[in-house]
Amino acid sequence: MSDEYNQNNTPLETQSSETMSGSSGSTTDIDYVRPAELPEQDLYHSHSWITKWVFCQDAKVIGVQYFLTAVFTGIVGLVLSWLMRLQLGFPELVPFITAEHYYQFVTMHGMIMVVYFLTALFLGGFGNYLIPLMVGARDMVFPYVNMVSFWMFFVAVCVLMASFFVPGGPTGAGWTLYPPQAILPGSPGAGMGIILMLTSLSLFVIGFTMGGLNYLVTILQARTRGMTLMRMPLTIWGIFTATALAMLAFPALLVSCIMMTLDKVLETSFFMPAIIQAGEVLDYGGGSPVLFQHLFWFFGHPEVYIVALPAFGIVSDLISVHARKNIFGYRMMVWAIVGIGGLSFFVWAHHMYVSGMNPWFGFFFATTTLIIAVPTALKVYNWIVTLFRANIRMNTVMLFCLGFIVTFVNGGITGIFLGNVAVDIPLSDTYFVIAHFHMVMGIAPLMVIMGAVYHWFPLVAGRMLSEKLGKWHFWITFLGAYSIYFPMHYLGFIGVPRRYFEMYDSPYMASAIGMNEFITVAALIVGAAQFIFIYNIITSLRVGKPAGKNPWKANSLEWLTSEVPPVHGNFGEKLPVVHRWPYDFNVPGSKEDFITQTTPPSEVIDAEVEKT
Amino acid sequence: MHAGFIFLAVIIGSVLFHIFTPWWWTDIASNWSAMDDTINLTFWIGGGVFILVCLFMIYCVFKFSYKEGRKVEYKPEDHKLEKILTILTTVGVIALLAPGLIVYNNYINVPKNALEVEVNAWQWGWQYRLPGEDGKLGTAQVAKITDDNPFGINLDDPYGKDDILIQSDELHLKTDRPVKILLRSLDVLHNFYVPQFRAKMDAIPGIITYYWFEPNKVGEYEVLCAEYCGVGHYAMRAIVVVDSEESYEDWINEQETFSSLIAKQNNEKLKTTRIAKNEN
Repeated sequence: MSDEYNQNNTPLETQSSETMSGSSGSTTDIDYVRPAELPEQDLYHSHSWITKWVFCQDAKVIGVQYFLTAVFTGIVGLVLSWLMRLQLGFPELVPFITAEHYYQFVTMHGMIMVVYFLTALFLGGFGNYLIPLMVGARDMVFPYVNMVSFWMFFVAVCVLMASFFVPGGPTGAGWTLYPPQAILPGSPGAGMGIILMLTSLSLFVIGFTMGGLNYLVTILQARTRGMTLMRMPLTIWGIFTATALAMLAFPALLVSCIMMTLDKVLETSFFMPAIIQAGEVLDYGGGSPVLFQHLFWFFGHPEVYIVALPAFGIVSDLISVHARKNIFGYRMMVWAIVGIGGLSFFVWAHHMYVSGMNPWFGFFFATTTLIIAVPTALKVYNWIVTLFRANIRMNTVMLFCLGFIVTFVNGGITGIFLGNVAVDIPLSDTYFVIAHFHMVMGIAPLMVIMGAVYHWFPLVAGRMLSEKLGKWHFWITFLGAYSIYFPMHYLGFIGVPRRYFEMYDSPYMASAIGMNEFITVAALIVGAAQFIFIYNIITSLRVGKPAGKNPWKANSLEWLTSEVPPVHGNFGEKLPVVHRWPYDFNVPGSKEDFITQTTPPSEVIDAEVEKT
Repeated sequence: MHAGFIFLAVIIGSVLFHIFTPWWWTDIASNWSAMDDTINLTFWIGGGVFILVCLFMIYCVFKFSYKEGRKVEYKPEDHKLEKILTILTTVGVIALLAPGLIVYNNYINVPKNALEVEVNAWQWGWQYRLPGEDGKLGTAQVAKITDDNPFGINLDDPYGKDDILIQSDELHLKTDRPVKILLRSLDVLHNFYVPQFRAKMDAIPGIITYYWFEPNKVGEYEVLCAEYCGVGHYAMRAIVVVDSEESYEDWINEQETFSSLIAKQNNEKLKTTRIAKNEN
């Protein structure tokens, strides 16, 4: 990365005069794009190694930092899941795993994967890297705050990891951290473990708010000329809406963390009623454990969509590029993303049908939950209709997209089971729930993440990933993950409850021993296959086929930078000017099978494009 | 091999797995067969949609995989198709939701002739309280719990005196008689769950929650705690025995009431003080 852009930077005066005159040079009417309202802001330029690579203010580097940190936590989460599965499949093999350990693994696995891995990866990783590039900006609007955001996240991860090493170990309260159990001695890690968890989450929220404001303001204010909202790639729509959700949902998590910390440290009673534990009446009284659940899920349900919406957006773009066809029903896709985002604030208590809240809530939340199924289903239809009469490249990226569709539809449909209150009652707190949410917000988003890495790695690294390794990686991951979670639904039908360290020999559970062993083996294999992926990334960095410019023949701006990989400032001397949406593939009458967003109409005069 | 074949194998494999699976519902032993019906309805409609979507996807993958110069449709929107799909989905969702809500309405409205049973949960065990001849449970408080008063019953509440206390994890229920389970917890969240009865609800310290069902098959069932409650969660099991009318009466007559418990304890105290006096 160099400061070339800076050296070529046009003086402010000439630039602003240019902004006033519309698009420069041989302007014809059909190419007219509204001039920029403001001259360009000057960028921060780093001058030392530390400010360039460590405390860096370039969103691309911050994105990679977020990505690597999140992947590190993800590997920790993966290893924890192996240990859990070993206990469930082959308990005699691992006598060192006690019930305390098991619950600590469960808790840390859940929290890491949902918050520190998926959320940080989608918004911190992909968000930072892609937002400025895709909307045609030189960087985020608040680069310094963006840098602080990453380092807050980094500290949050350190605090979280530190809890593995404190006396009593990390918290074993389940990732939902339900009080009173989370802060009472009956749960593992109810001393320092839970305090560090709550501190880490609070830090995460603070750091994330800084990043999130950046994403929102950048998308709203720093789009390049011609990049109207309805010309933004769906990736950006997904990230934008998810960030807006995060800004509204995370405060609920923050306050519940603060209140629980107070309950733990100062013995306040926000969530703590009168309790008698081990024959001793505790100093609590009057608090409500259900209040915590409301706060937690008011965050927790939008959180599902904070992960899902960027995945929806990204997968739409990947499908469109690699099927060489416009995404079907773009406007409906946008409204579906926004609609799902809005509705996601009215469905939280479907996690609480058997929590003892007022039973009348069940009618309301079942109805809202099933309403959300409609826009979600429409998105699925639009993905598969996009494949119809397309020209589908069956490469690794597309395979991951197809894998996403299968797992997401599967998990979405089991969501209709659990959202419908009467159906949820027998299934809640069983393995059916585990199968459902792993399929829909574990495997499905992971498919998108991996597809996205295969798609954008050439941009980030300038080299292609190995297709051969990629296909192995895909098939092992997809088939393995499917065979972990598909049969698991049937454990739930039997009634096997979740969060059981040991099943004992209940008559109807004994029949599941074989399945548990099978699932464990599959989990070990799928986990190990991820190291193929890591190996592929590491080797391709050095020996991968050089990507060149725009190797996928995509239309969106990130592929149209002056250099590949993009350098500081992203675009060359002039910011790109956008004339169309990013989905003009195989337009009748055009010579190539793609028309980039920056191609002015006068250059493709014969193409019968729909006006976007 | 074409990737489409593997995807097709996944879908066929899923269907075959379902047909030949040895894992399915435990035999139902309560009135909630309507829950099973709504699940089956959801299963068939949902499963159908899953298969159709995947098959359509696989068809596209076979039919339209990359060929240089293939003619690709350019059609950003199709309002008619989008409208049809929206309406179909909405109808499907209503068809699933409506029966679910009807069943749920039954679930939260307890029949008048239901027997009340209080389930008391703590880390990690269960005990039960049944109303005595007055048919009403006495009020109780966590703070009043002592060794002598294991349920924390208010001593000045006349309804509490004849309550039947079962300080064991074995509960008996009468067959074909609705039962309203009142859930109390002394410490953290728990959940009184018998898979064969289908119903469940959390027990929460500080409030009393409820649900109801009608056991309709004589037999012995395992109770599982279904809400994570700390390190002993997995071991928090108990037994429910569904009895015929006669054996239920036999069982209940053997149980101790609160007043007899107090009397017994007073006797013992009297004895110990007498012994102490004699020794002096």
